[in-house]
Amino acid sequence: METITSIRPLLAVLVSLLIIPLVVVSSRSPNVRETWTFVAAVAKFLIVLSMLPAILRGTEIVYTVVQFMPGAAIKFRVDALGMLFALVSSSLWIITSAYSIGYMRGLKEHGQTRYFCFFAICLSATIGAAFSANLLTLYLFYEILSLATYPLVTHHQDLEARSSGRKYLLYVVGASIGLVLPAMLICYNLAGTLEFSKNGILAGTAASPSLLFILLFMFVFGFAKSAIMPMHSWLPAAMVAPTPVSALLHAVAVVKVGVFSIVRILTGVFGIQLLSSSHLGMAVCCVAAFTILVGSFIALSQDGLKRLLAFSTIAQLSYIVLGVALLSPKGMTGGMLHIAMHAFGKITLFFCAGAIFVATGKKNISEMIGIGRRMPVTMAAFFIASLSIIGMPPCGGFISKWYLALGTLQAHQIGFLVVLLFSSLLNACYFIPITYKAFFCRPEDAMFENKVQEAPVFCVVPLVITATISVILLFYPQPFLRLARMMVQSITGV
Amino acid sequence: MSEQYPALLVIVPLLSALVVSVAGWVNKRWCFPIAVAALSVSAWSSVGLLFRVLNEGVIVYKLGGWSPPMGIAYYIDYLNGLVLPVVSIVALLNLISSKRTVEQQFPDKTGPFYTLYVLMVTGLLGIVVTGDAFNLYVLLEIASLTGYGLLAMGEERAPLATLNYLYMGTIGACFYLLGIGYLYIVTGSLNMVDIARLLPPLYQSKAVLAAFIICMVGVWLKMAFFPLHAWLPNAYTFANSASSSLIAPLVTKVMVYVMIRLMLTIFTPKFVFNTLAVHDAVVWLAVIAIAMGAVLALKERNLKKMLTYIVVAEVGYMVGGAWLGNRAGLTGAVLHIVNDALMTLCVFLVVGNIVYKIKGYAFGDLKGLFAKMPFTMGAFVIGALSIIGVPPTCGFFSKWYLILGAIQAHQYGFMVALLFSSLINVVLFFRVFEIGFYEPFSDHEGHEHHPAVMAEAPLTMLVPLYVVAISLILVGLYTGDIVNHIVQFVIPKGFM
Repeated sequence: METITSIRPLLAVLVSLLIIPLVVVSSRSPNVRETWTFVAAVAKFLIVLSMLPAILRGTEIVYTVVQFMPGAAIKFRVDALGMLFALVSSSLWIITSAYSIGYMRGLKEHGQTRYFCFFAICLSATIGAAFSANLLTLYLFYEILSLATYPLVTHHQDLEARSSGRKYLLYVVGASIGLVLPAMLICYNLAGTLEFSKNGILAGTAASPSLLFILLFMFVFGFAKSAIMPMHSWLPAAMVAPTPVSALLHAVAVVKVGVFSIVRILTGVFGIQLLSSSHLGMAVCCVAAFTILVGSFIALSQDGLKRLLAFSTIAQLSYIVLGVALLSPKGMTGGMLHIAMHAFGKITLFFCAGAIFVATGKKNISEMIGIGRRMPVTMAAFFIASLSIIGMPPCGGFISKWYLALGTLQAHQIGFLVVLLFSSLLNACYFIPITYKAFFCRPEDAMFENKVQEAPVFCVVPLVITATISVILLFYPQPFLRLARMMVQSITGV
Repeated sequence: MSEQYPALLVIVPLLSALVVSVAGWVNKRWCFPIAVAALSVSAWSSVGLLFRVLNEGVIVYKLGGWSPPMGIAYYIDYLNGLVLPVVSIVALLNLISSKRTVEQQFPDKTGPFYTLYVLMVTGLLGIVVTGDAFNLYVLLEIASLTGYGLLAMGEERAPLATLNYLYMGTIGACFYLLGIGYLYIVTGSLNMVDIARLLPPLYQSKAVLAAFIICMVGVWLKMAFFPLHAWLPNAYTFANSASSSLIAPLVTKVMVYVMIRLMLTIFTPKFVFNTLAVHDAVVWLAVIAIAMGAVLALKERNLKKMLTYIVVAEVGYMVGGAWLGNRAGLTGAVLHIVNDALMTLCVFLVVGNIVYKIKGYAFGDLKGLFAKMPFTMGAFVIGALSIIGVPPTCGFFSKWYLILGAIQAHQYGFMVALLFSSLINVVLFFRVFEIGFYEPFSDHEGHEHHPAVMAEAPLTMLVPLYVVAISLILVGLYTGDIVNHIVQFVIPKGFM
């Protein structure tokens, strides 16, 4: 594999950190302040985009920042999977920044300078995790992301925020220090390196099957951001955050970093040879399938819209883990593609939830009967995005689910196909009634007047854009599909 | 000039202490500049020495031209070459930062304070630089006696707490002296290298065994290794902030240095790990020290006292690492001397700033602190993350080596203790962050925040604080270079 050395991955990480002083300095003039956020977001996206042609040509971009032990360095390596994830999160940051302005100003939130600063740190950490070349670098950015998200989750600074923040820290930071850190060091001691490799660094080491099993689950549960049960309950609690935070971080960046880390562990640390020969892949599949089903069932019973979306996210994240842990080429492609497809769908849903809150102050589904009369654009976008999550045409979610389903067949695991299809049914059961009741209710049941009054334009335009992209992705899933295929090909050779 | 660095390092502050003392009677305003100048010379010399060691290897400096073993020799190798700049720079930064605090807390006693301060630093630097076991005792007493004086200048309870420290510290120093006496009886020498040369045939001797154990217990007492820690928390808590932020980062670390010096130079790893072979037990003591330090810190409702228990736990890190008996563990322990000195300084300087502005350091006084002192608290967050062990701060990297050493030595208890302590540190520090961030709770569903009035510490306190905070990250990023160019040469041959 051809590699290029370039500082661009580091620049992509640093660009959003560099604007933080500017954001702080211009805190008294909000328009200037938000301009800096946009400058950073666009610059970050362009830097990521500038690396895309090289990646699509099949080269990799590497950059070592500092080597501190043999095999352990702060080092970036941009490959197809990292590029896929970085493209998704950096492009959505631009849209979320616009949405944040509409939401935060619409609600006259306090501490907006702090909010935009920590948002920028989070995006740096996300891109850093996407481009990590080894487990140490991944851990570094994972931890920075955990801590930088804390002030965003607890933005309201009230009692509820404090208890949610505690839960968030307990699960996310507790698991990473308590499980990932020792597992990483044991790996380093066994393999002498932490650099992700195509065959897995643990392949060929003297680790016993039981040690491998323990290590694998220390990683899978340790990366608690992936919200695999039983490490999931921080995510519904974190919904106390302002909605743009829930949208970008708890549907895209933070949770996907968790899943992305697990994908890296499966493919780069253990390697699919080792996982299939020791049947460890199957164990991960079972845990993921359990999370999918239970998450979907719990979502059915939720009345708070954001909480429902949180449980839906928990289930959808496990699709990705399930797909990759199936170890079949189609399944892995579907899993990686789902990172992108789910992101665009779920962020739209969160944007809609936030827009409803800004426009009407409503948080619960039972209070949204007939809301389609008042906010038709928002609810139309909500409908499209929920189709994407269910996995129905005309939305991008259909492609990733198609690949996942094919993957289960390719791996000869009919049981997991049933899980996938049943979960889709459950998704439909909890999403479709919301839209149905929003538009088709008897006039006397409607809770809103028949007069169109949408949220501020900064809230509505972003959600229309992401909903449109969700549709476009069905017809034109590039470059995401191509990147996922390239990654799978480089791992499996198929 | 650079040949005289080892002497300048100690002589300049020693003589300056006298000058400061005299200046205190004449004009109190002269004391501070003289002290800064003296410690700057020390810092400059120690950094120069480190570079000389990097270029030339071990330096032997004969004091007054007298050859060892009759005269006193200073040996500067990679170990103390690394520790000297840390001690001198920490002392200098703290001196600059605490100028305002000293003026505020005891305006009448600035002369005596700076005299003691400079003398104490002299003692600490001397302990680190000397190659003579008895000379080390003398300097240890200089550092201790001045330390008692500094710590006693504080709150009402400070003199009593310091008296407690004085008893324990004196016993510790006596133990050390007794051990050195045994060694002198069996070898007839006080020079460390000379003793090391004469000892190997005597390793089976009961007197040598007794000497090692007595020295070790003395040093442990001085460094507050659990359960010999009882003097530390109160003595450090009730002292004035300028003294506690000098003594908390340095004294325990210098004593850890003395312990490693005893283990590696005066005695040999072969004696410590093969002949004596109690290292498993000592590592378990360290496990208990770490766990108890963490648990005791958890029950404190007072920021400064909480930090002192963290110091107790950190001593366990270093003792455990040194006694693991492998390359990674010792690397971690040596790195942690540097890192812990810096991060302890960082958090104690923060306490100094808080005391300067808020006049208190109980948890109740910290409400709304992120709004009142955002810059101070920003540095506190960096220091806290380093103590927790979050990359890329330096605390992560020394913890990395310590855990790696624990795994390689199959000391899983020590690994668990380190992880446990990290998790407890998360709880400890986020509890403080929570108070500063949330309280006082706002009314009206959290939307009605009255902007708190910013009351930040002056720039002379913030600049040194940020130098330390940023150094935590830089030292972390350059851990690889520090290990490759310095620490790996500390490790004796044959260590795996």
